[in-house]
Amino acid sequence: MTSPAELFPPTKKPAEALSGVTVRLAGDSGDGMQLLGTQLTNTSALSGNDVATFPDFPAEIRAPRGTRAGVSGFQVQFSAEEIFTPGDGVDTLICMNPAALVTNIGDLRRGGILIVNSDGFGDKDLKLAKLDVNPLEDDTTEGYRVIKVPMTTMTRDSVEPTGLSAKFADRCKNFFAMGLVFWLYGRDVEPTLRFIENKFSAKPDVAEANRLALKAGWNYGETTENFASTYSVPAAELEPGVYKNVMGNQALAWGLITAAELSDKELFLGSYPITPASDILHELAKHKNFGVRTFQAEDEIAAVCSAVGAALGGSMAITTSSGPGIALKGEGIGLGLILELPFIIIDVQRGGPSTGLPTKTEQSDLLMVMHGRNGDSPLPVIAAQSPADCFNVAIEAWRIATKYMTPVFILSDGYIANGSEPWKIPEVDSLEKIEINHPGPRSPDDAPFMPYSRDENLARPWALPGTPGLMHRVGGLEKQDGTGNVSYDPDNHQHMVQTRAKKVELVADSIDDAEVFGKTKGTLVLSWGGTYGACRTAVKMAIEEGIEVGHVHLRWINPFPANLGSVLGQYDKVLIPELNTGQLRLLIKDKFLIDATGLNKIKGKPFHVSEIVDKIKEVSGK
Amino acid sequence: MSTDLPVLSAKDFASDQDVRWCPGCGDYSILAQMKTVLASMGKKQEETVFISGIGCSSRFPYYMNTYGMHSIHGRAPAFATGLKSTRPELDVWVITGDGDALSIGGNHFIHLIRRNVDLNIILFNNSIYGLTKGQYSPTSKVGKITKSTPMGSIDQPLNPLSVAIAAEASFVARSVDSNIKHLRATLQRASEHRGTSFVEVYQNCNIFNDGVWDYAKAKATKDDSTVELQHGKPLIYAGGKKGIRLNGFAPETVDLDGNIAQDDLLFHDEKVESSQLAFLLSRMRFPEFPEPIGVFRAIERPTYDTQINAQVVQAAEKKGKGDLKTLFKSGDTWTV
Ligand SMILES: Cc1ncc(C[n+]2csc(CCOP(=O)(O)OP(=O)(O)O)c2C)c(N)n1
Ligand code: SF4
Ligand SMILES: [Mg+2]
Repeated sequence: MTSPAELFPPTKKPAEALSGVTVRLAGDSGDGMQLLGTQLTNTSALSGNDVATFPDFPAEIRAPRGTRAGVSGFQVQFSAEEIFTPGDGVDTLICMNPAALVTNIGDLRRGGILIVNSDGFGDKDLKLAKLDVNPLEDDTTEGYRVIKVPMTTMTRDSVEPTGLSAKFADRCKNFFAMGLVFWLYGRDVEPTLRFIENKFSAKPDVAEANRLALKAGWNYGETTENFASTYSVPAAELEPGVYKNVMGNQALAWGLITAAELSDKELFLGSYPITPASDILHELAKHKNFGVRTFQAEDEIAAVCSAVGAALGGSMAITTSSGPGIALKGEGIGLGLILELPFIIIDVQRGGPSTGLPTKTEQSDLLMVMHGRNGDSPLPVIAAQSPADCFNVAIEAWRIATKYMTPVFILSDGYIANGSEPWKIPEVDSLEKIEINHPGPRSPDDAPFMPYSRDENLARPWALPGTPGLMHRVGGLEKQDGTGNVSYDPDNHQHMVQTRAKKVELVADSIDDAEVFGKTKGTLVLSWGGTYGACRTAVKMAIEEGIEVGHVHLRWINPFPANLGSVLGQYDKVLIPELNTGQLRLLIKDKFLIDATGLNKIKGKPFHVSEIVDKIKEVSGK
Repeated sequence: MSTDLPVLSAKDFASDQDVRWCPGCGDYSILAQMKTVLASMGKKQEETVFISGIGCSSRFPYYMNTYGMHSIHGRAPAFATGLKSTRPELDVWVITGDGDALSIGGNHFIHLIRRNVDLNIILFNNSIYGLTKGQYSPTSKVGKITKSTPMGSIDQPLNPLSVAIAAEASFVARSVDSNIKHLRATLQRASEHRGTSFVEVYQNCNIFNDGVWDYAKAKATKDDSTVELQHGKPLIYAGGKKGIRLNGFAPETVDLDGNIAQDDLLFHDEKVESSQLAFLLSRMRFPEFPEPIGVFRAIERPTYDTQINAQVVQAAEKKGKGDLKTLFKSGDTWTV
């Protein structure tokens, strides 16, 4: 077999070094853009770039081919510097059809490269995209470097030796596009060749066709006169260590498995499929050899209730969903709360209300997880800030849940769940164990067991069925503190409601203080969840422009870090950017009586860094 | 080999909580028979867990000196599935009412049964919402006058046994609160069965629906209005004077006046794989037919809890026991 270097000779054209590039791939859902994007990300990460990705796909599995509704996109930024977002302006946009072009060109920066599959712009394609005029022929693409490549024809020609039909040959188009993009940015093809080998091991002709298409795309770049030079993006200076590119849902699943191992528990997941949370279920279902049990319940109510049942039995219990499912779980979560059993509820948020925007991101479930249950029913809430952070969040949530004997909410969102970034693989032996104690058996001569007695954290004992002498009954009726017996006593009820609330407040003793990045006076940008990257980048840029601005990012939202009030007090202005109408802002106002300014985007899309920079300037009067 | 383990009595299964059902409620008898059965079967308090929903009947776990959970309305099957899947060695019982199991919890009820989780469901059917003070329930007859149906209910009721059988139940039985011997035997059979055992108990609510099951309970009528099922035996009732025969696919009642041979009667077979016979029996309703009591169906089928745990063992055998270091380094990694 010939080596990759012979098949994919390095370019003889000059290479211009760039510090970072943002590429977006856009085509029909069936065009394989997500695959192309994943491969580009992977090889960039493996070559040492910092990477951040943002897949953007339609809610329909296969929306009518060629329509605007069916456009699937994948954006990746790879950089020689540390980055926190998949990039604002797109440097290079690859479009497989007119629908992809018209829906994406707005994000291509002026002078950027637009590579189109010119074979995909026939009359039929224009009609499907509801266009009267070919956008390649009017002023739509003015001001961009347009490179028209007959990808369909060239792909068919290149895979001819395999004898595949035109229909199958056309499926290799994305590999042709990949070859061209890899050539343009001097990416290593080796990981992708390996991928093809594994993925199509049962279909050698398909594997060969994809390799040929990849090679044809690469060669096209080298021979066409459209490109006088290529680009290179050197490796970033990341902290030394072993890295892996992870998506948020995967990191969350691995964090949960790790937390189970650290606490010597077996993991039980009760879940019902829903976008964008299902991949946590899929990932955990792959790892049964860790003692993981996954239960695909009949609905979200059963899912949370099964988790509470597993928690009663002593497992590390989890339930995962997105907004609509979390709404259904409310009553079951309330029971878990009054039972004071530890388990984790994960809400991977998407656009709402109702079914809303299933595949788009939003941060609009914060108030629901804070308050969306009957009665006074506070729970600890932690929000992941990035794909890799999901790993730590899972472990932290379980540590708190077991230390305080309470359900804990984890908030993620569609952007984090499907986005990816390099994750520094931790040293397993250095991870701190999670200590859990279950009370041991008692004999009839011992003092009666008190299932609602409390330790210094107000946590009650986690007594497991099967333990002789600890038989007790729990339930949703108010219980007497100590004995746990049903109690309708008015004073006891007040005491219990306050005790459960106090317990959540005490969690502040176990979490990190809020840490200020940047300036300690002037304007403060206060953020939570998946907007971390955009906010951090924006604050950095604003500081570089001489603006007095600091950044605090919250991971724990309930309780807030103990020092948050005093930090907020240092600043003249507080700006809270959120992908909702101002939910954290409401909580901050309620708790600290601070009238913060909101930057509220509710478009199903993450922030552009520039949007936040502009707002910082406005708020700071610059 | 002899053991010195103390033998528990029914009393040992009573918790220290005062029982708060209305005097005369049928729930008392079910509670008493349960304690007796557990004691006689040598069950251990600490290995037994009662999980209930909401309703008068669902207060049951508070009165048992075992582990217990009084959960939320209709969802007991889901809590029980989570517990049994992770702790298969425990003896788990679901206590539910007709509203709890068939109305708000209808979905969980059928899914628990189809999965065949190895636990027992005891449905206290009083054909009314007791705890909420007397609204009609999914098992109330058409025309039932209650507070919420002053002009009579217009809903077609569900037949709990038919629902369970259609949901692929591996064990289905019916008993009556006041028929103490029969109830004990039925609870014991349910406990012995591996898989989901479903038992419907006709339970009198003397406050809101007094007498609904009188035909099946009263000394004067019960022999004519019920037929006790016995595996391998013909369906005979009314003190041996009547029997059930199949006419094509339909059952019919016949007088055993000497003209009909026992062999012509319908013979009960609780172990037959196909659910047709059990379903046919579940459709026999009073007053057209005597209502069968006893075990309708008891077949063997793999249980959910066994299988979910077997997959964990299989996965470890195939891939090796999970190791975080291996997991983290799987796929593409790079070193900086
Ligand atoms: C979510 C919810 N909805 C409604 C109720 C009110 N509720 C309590 S018990 C019950 C019906 C109980 O009927 P059944 O299950 O037949 O039990 P019984 O009291 O007859 O034993 C209702 C509607 C509740 N507790 N929770
Ligand atoms: S209301 Fe009916 S079911 Fe409830 S306790 Fe009283 S008698 Fe029993
Ligand atoms: Mg009832």
